[in-house]
Amino acid sequence: MSAANLQLDDNNKMRHFLSIEGLSREHLIRILDTAESFLNLGDRSVKKVPALRGKAVANLFFENSTRTRTTFELAAKRLSADVLNLNIDTSATSKGESLLDTLRNLEAMHVDMFVIRHSESGTAHFFARHAQPGVSIINAGDGQHAHPTQAMLDMFTIRQHKGDFTPLKVAIIGDILHSRVARSQILALNTLGVSEVRVVGPKTLLPIDTRESLGVHVFNDIDEGITDADVIIMLRLQKERMTGALLPSEHEFFQRYGLTESRLKLASPDAIVMHPGPINRGVEMETVVADGNQSVILHQVSYGIAIRMAILSMTMQPRGETS
Amino acid sequence: MTRILIAGGRLLDPANDLDTTGDICIVDEKIVAIGKSPEGFDADVRIDAADKLVIPGVIDLNARLREPGLEHKGTIISETIASASGGITTVICPPDTSPVIDSPADAELIRRRAKQSAHARVLSVGALTMGLKGEQLTEMSSLQVSGCIAVSNARKPLRDNLVYRRAMEYATTWDLPIFVVPNDHRLANSGCAHEGRVANRLGLPGIPASAETVAVATTLELAQQTGARIHFQTLSSARSVGMIRDAQQQGVRVTADVAAHQLHLTEMDIDGFDGNCHVLPPLRTLQDRDSLRQAVADGTINAICSSHEPHEPDAKLAPFPATEPGISAIESLLPLTLRLVDEKVISLARAVELLTSGPAAIAGLPYSRLRTGCEADICILDPEASWEFRASKLASSGHNTPFDGWFFKGRVTHTFFAGRLTFSLEETA
Amino acid sequence: MTTQTNFFMGHEAILSVIDGMATKLDQFLKNRGRSDVAMIGIRTGGIWVAEHLHQTLDIDEPLGMIDISFYRDDFTRIGLNPEVRPSTIDFEVDDRHIVLVDDVLHTGRTIRAALNEIFDYGRPRSVTLAALVERSGRELPVEANVIGVEVTLQPQEQIKLTGPETLELVIGTHR
Repeated sequence: MSAANLQLDDNNKMRHFLSIEGLSREHLIRILDTAESFLNLGDRSVKKVPALRGKAVANLFFENSTRTRTTFELAAKRLSADVLNLNIDTSATSKGESLLDTLRNLEAMHVDMFVIRHSESGTAHFFARHAQPGVSIINAGDGQHAHPTQAMLDMFTIRQHKGDFTPLKVAIIGDILHSRVARSQILALNTLGVSEVRVVGPKTLLPIDTRESLGVHVFNDIDEGITDADVIIMLRLQKERMTGALLPSEHEFFQRYGLTESRLKLASPDAIVMHPGPINRGVEMETVVADGNQSVILHQVSYGIAIRMAILSMTMQPRGETS
Repeated sequence: MTRILIAGGRLLDPANDLDTTGDICIVDEKIVAIGKSPEGFDADVRIDAADKLVIPGVIDLNARLREPGLEHKGTIISETIASASGGITTVICPPDTSPVIDSPADAELIRRRAKQSAHARVLSVGALTMGLKGEQLTEMSSLQVSGCIAVSNARKPLRDNLVYRRAMEYATTWDLPIFVVPNDHRLANSGCAHEGRVANRLGLPGIPASAETVAVATTLELAQQTGARIHFQTLSSARSVGMIRDAQQQGVRVTADVAAHQLHLTEMDIDGFDGNCHVLPPLRTLQDRDSLRQAVADGTINAICSSHEPHEPDAKLAPFPATEPGISAIESLLPLTLRLVDEKVISLARAVELLTSGPAAIAGLPYSRLRTGCEADICILDPEASWEFRASKLASSGHNTPFDGWFFKGRVTHTFFAGRLTFSLEETA
Repeated sequence: MTTQTNFFMGHEAILSVIDGMATKLDQFLKNRGRSDVAMIGIRTGGIWVAEHLHQTLDIDEPLGMIDISFYRDDFTRIGLNPEVRPSTIDFEVDDRHIVLVDDVLHTGRTIRAALNEIFDYGRPRSVTLAALVERSGRELPVEANVIGVEVTLQPQEQIKLTGPETLELVIGTHR
């Protein structure tokens, strides 16, 4: 079943949030617009809305992640939902309960929404295919496939700081091959109609057939790739890339692909610098850039909660007389 | 003594220059007459084959019966019953059972179990190395004596090319063909899908075509040097076909087969993370599929096999990369091959060769011939019958197939193995 | 199901009603000693009415605007309104006299949701409710303090304010 069929109900409304693929530009804009409503929750003395009151949201994280899990937890709580946090050690699962059993057990406890992070691509789809009607699945990252909530908060960040998507040249720099964030960002940027999406990295960190399969311009040289860019997204470099014979050293990566102050000058003068976090200072970028006034990295974090609140409230399936 | 008369069918066995309408007479295990039944032949059983196609029983060069060791996925009995319903009379199993077929006792175990089932002839490929661990040679001569038709290291890697060369030389001493599933494990790097556009989009770890082609190239070079007889199993890429074609033209003793599903499905079929399309080698591009189709038509590939791998439901109830690869394919081998005739990729005669005389020659078997004096391994089909392939109705223990809901033209009505009726469509209806 | 719409009141007449409301509201607040008020309009029609009242009464604090989509008591049944917009209250609600403005007071549920939302911002000293149209069909014990016009309608009839450049009240009938 394609992503579009799984995620959307007969009225074209979202019932799961699995990937950017299958969502129209209108869907994406609506998510961004809805997130606006949650930006100034901090102004209230009760920083909540009652939208998901009485609903139970389970965070099923098979991969460790304090950052994403906490933002989802905060988002659900600010929607007045009850939150269950399950950090499941993958090795325990492979010896014990199957994924399907985990799902069924929690459904039996009347969990309404699952936020899932797993190391295998396609896990969120798997849960969505087997979920009971009325239960929603949110993908918090599956293998190398997708991280759609991150992509949406990145799009929100771009819109907040740059306005119209159409004229933008966006450069994504680093380990595209292993990045589910990059895949989702590229899909979102293309769906929202930016002028150009560029990926920059060494051949070992770029997927085969990148241009055709992902719809982007490929650069192996950062100076070329960053020239006139309006948005620069730096991806995180994992330590394993060195031992897997993909890169010789962090040092060389920084030399050839690190975002330095002088390289930043090649971009358009009011370009913004983004990073999904956490940053490896001195590897992906210089500290002065990370903390500089073109960096919107801290904003990304606060937008993350608003976006996730939007996605949770939009995907929650109504229990109407007719549904 | 049992006398059987199969009357008035179209008898088709291209390898024996047979294409005529007539009768086949069987006495016990043997064919006694072809074309016209002898005077006074008093049949105990008469099968009306008017408007039916009568071909030799199918030989499947690659089917996992799962026993011994993986009985929760299938048994020799269940899978030979399934084979018979698919028109198959001879099944050849790879050595990667548990225990591995690396000693004559293991081969004997399988033969005995198959005799109990009596639904198909089961032959084994023996292991190339002990435990398939890739280091120590097996007692290949003894394996040959106990009935192994070839040796293979199945899907497991060899320690290095020196072991490979020596294994080839030793096998060649006994004129044993080596069945090779060409795969460079390091290049395959635990991938689960063809490294290409679909896998990129879905973020699935990829297996590049070079994992196969590098192994094909290495094997061909060593075969050239050692004079070994090589049979490549379940090819998946166009470049492999090209190299094998060239080698054949240069006189290297190399043959090849392809799994039926590789001739129909491509990487596009895994879209949506369909675990039923998780197979090894992976489904590759349209160009690869078309190249494989060209190869079966022009003789570079001389056999189509099923690569049958039945699984219990849990094996496929997981996210794509965590599913176990394989299709329960034995009952779709014949229908998928006939579909190639429908799609005008090959002629009917060629289709019959690819399922009978082609595999027989590769495995050195005297079976599946419509000739007097030969074993009566026969398959009768209704070539016009249109039917729906349903996973839930498969005779195999495994229902893991991507072909659920496909409509096929041409259906097996009877299967005879050594003169015994092992499948009858009206009895199962 | 078809809806037949009938014109009820036009732009000039509505403005005249709102002027009347401003006078009544001013009087009401003075009688109760509610000074230094801040005004909040309920999206969407309530805001159009509130803008006129806000200007006429010359209120200092900027007009607050709330979208009650997340506070609706039928949220879990019907799901999120796709047209939801952010709520903005740029003044301190604690200890404030609030004037809450809506276009049509019908079942009373919208007002309840609006009150719930306002109380999440702080604890007001009082809330005065002004509604342009008060119609029959109350389901909760909610009462408007200042009313523009009273209308009696059948259950299958709806009254709606359209605008904002040209304000118009229309009555629709579901068949």
